[in-house]
Amino acid sequence: MTSMFDSVREDGVAPNSAESIVGKSPRELAWARMSRDKVSLFALGVIITYLLVAALAPVICAVLGISPYALDGNALNDYGLPKGAFGGISTEHWLGVEPGTGRDIFARLIYGARASLLVGILATILTTAIGLVIGVVAGYKRGWVDSIIGRFMDVTLAFPSFLLIIALTRPFTQRLESLGVPEGNPARMTYIILVLATFGWVYVARVVRGQTLSLREREFVEAAKASGATSRHIVFKQLLPNLWAPVIVIVSLSLPGYVATESTLSFLGLGLMQPAASWGVMLGDSVRYYRADPTYLFIPGIALVVLVMAFNIVGDAVRDALDPKADRQNLL
Amino acid sequence: MFLFIVRRIFFAMVLLLAVSFFTYMLFAMLPSDPAALTCGKNCKPDVIAANRIRLGYDKSLLEQYWLFLKGIFAGRDYGTGAAAFSCGAPSLGYSFGQHECVTTLIAQTFPVTAYLSIGAFMLWMLIGISTGAIAALNKGKWQDRAASIFTSIGVSLPTFYIGLLVLFSVVIWLRILPFPSYESPFDDFPVFLRTMILPWLVLAVLSAASYTRLTRNGMLEAMNEDFVRLGVAKGLTRRIILRRYVMRQALVPIVTIAGLDFAGLLGGAIITESVFSLPGMGKMSIRAVVESDLPVLVGTTMVAAVFIVIANVLVDIAYGYLDPRVRVK
Repeated sequence: MTSMFDSVREDGVAPNSAESIVGKSPRELAWARMSRDKVSLFALGVIITYLLVAALAPVICAVLGISPYALDGNALNDYGLPKGAFGGISTEHWLGVEPGTGRDIFARLIYGARASLLVGILATILTTAIGLVIGVVAGYKRGWVDSIIGRFMDVTLAFPSFLLIIALTRPFTQRLESLGVPEGNPARMTYIILVLATFGWVYVARVVRGQTLSLREREFVEAAKASGATSRHIVFKQLLPNLWAPVIVIVSLSLPGYVATESTLSFLGLGLMQPAASWGVMLGDSVRYYRADPTYLFIPGIALVVLVMAFNIVGDAVRDALDPKADRQNLL
Repeated sequence: MFLFIVRRIFFAMVLLLAVSFFTYMLFAMLPSDPAALTCGKNCKPDVIAANRIRLGYDKSLLEQYWLFLKGIFAGRDYGTGAAAFSCGAPSLGYSFGQHECVTTLIAQTFPVTAYLSIGAFMLWMLIGISTGAIAALNKGKWQDRAASIFTSIGVSLPTFYIGLLVLFSVVIWLRILPFPSYESPFDDFPVFLRTMILPWLVLAVLSAASYTRLTRNGMLEAMNEDFVRLGVAKGLTRRIILRRYVMRQALVPIVTIAGLDFAGLLGGAIITESVFSLPGMGKMSIRAVVESDLPVLVGTTMVAAVFIVIANVLVDIAYGYLDPRVRVK
């Protein structure tokens, strides 16, 4: 994160008395505003922690000597339920064990973060990339290109996406498997990512197109054109850098949404399958034991809420920080 | 304005035609034989063949699609002689899984979905816009933070999870309400209310979250606009500025999304209906997925698409009313 903003002088360079008024770039202003907001910095820390834990899950499990797949019959009583209070929370099993199998919930939670975040991140990257390209092209070219893309977006938006996602899961997963994607969870994950992007790009493209339409009339684009810049230069060097703000906000909203969709599909039995762990698999599994082991019900849910809350806070903070009018005094 | 509306409606028709074509082709390409599903496991091949001809699955895909389209306007007859039956216009096909015309099935399940959607929609607009406004007017204070936490929980938790959590806690742990069992409001209104209150609340709170966010951000943006500064400079009261300028601008994106969200809900609130065992269109389509009941899937997809397209047209018209700059164009 810091490398993106490494030109920022947070407080280091003492202002030269001769030129005490130093012009700051919009990015510097935004970062300065954001670092004033301790809550959003904390939220950013939470997101980074989640990512690190997910990435290092095998290492963490090896160090702690736990495994997301190992069955532990000793932690269960005769009815197959965790021994001890709160779902069997102990020094050995930090968050208790799964009813029925005795698998360690903490290990499954951090392994589940891998699957859930992987689906969320890949779907977001794909959605954003497609939406950005199509949106910029539509907004910049205008004319018939824009009309065709616009109609195509209308058709995509008119489909009830969730119904189609569910209805097409089985046949399309089979199709992917016959195309050589490894059977089972890899094929199911690929399908979820592809189908989320198929229906998701429109939302990004719509916003990007609108922004591009207004940006292309601005003076700096005019200036670039006048000095003989190619379309390629204008799109990549002039327009794209100005589109990051709305895109970051969409991303901060859509990533948690994708994680939630994955969990819903897993709950319906259409997403990832046991023994693999994802938050969706855990949520779907835990509701079967709601009466006997309520603690289990809350663990994956809380993990999900905390992550999404962090994304929302950071998204809001970025939006507020990038707003050029943010430092105006609010008159109301 | 009139010409604008006529043009929008024409485009909507073309759009629906395109959607119906894609939907029909998509489901027809699925690797399942609709005719084989017409009778049980111990079906004789000649029965399947007869059913295939009776339901028109022996014809080419394009011909099938044409018959489907024709059926919507003219109704459709299946088979000849004593075994013949027909689905009157607007016919969306015949469900071999439930042995009933798809239109009849949708007519039976749609009211449930409509009651659910209307109640939830009114609740969520109320909750969403008011909490969003409170957050915007108290930016950075605890109300704003509280609204942000509410938003995060609402947009993050999957509907099935919140729904089951609410169902368990209210019905099973606290025993405040009996287990939901749907009754039509015209037959037994108290039971209807008792059944609908939880799904209404769950849907409303979950959907309200994004409206809180939209209202907050929209109002904050509007408060920084020059026309608000002008209003302040002119000496207008805070009340008038908020109502006439700030809310009006903030409502524009909300109207768009509200229209589309409501239309999406009318196409079937799949998860909510399943969790609370409401016999609506969403629950029916889940059943159709499980049974590979293609005609029902095509039918519900089409109905859902019609609502989305109608909502799009209405949203465009509402835009012109709310934002004078659109009208000038």
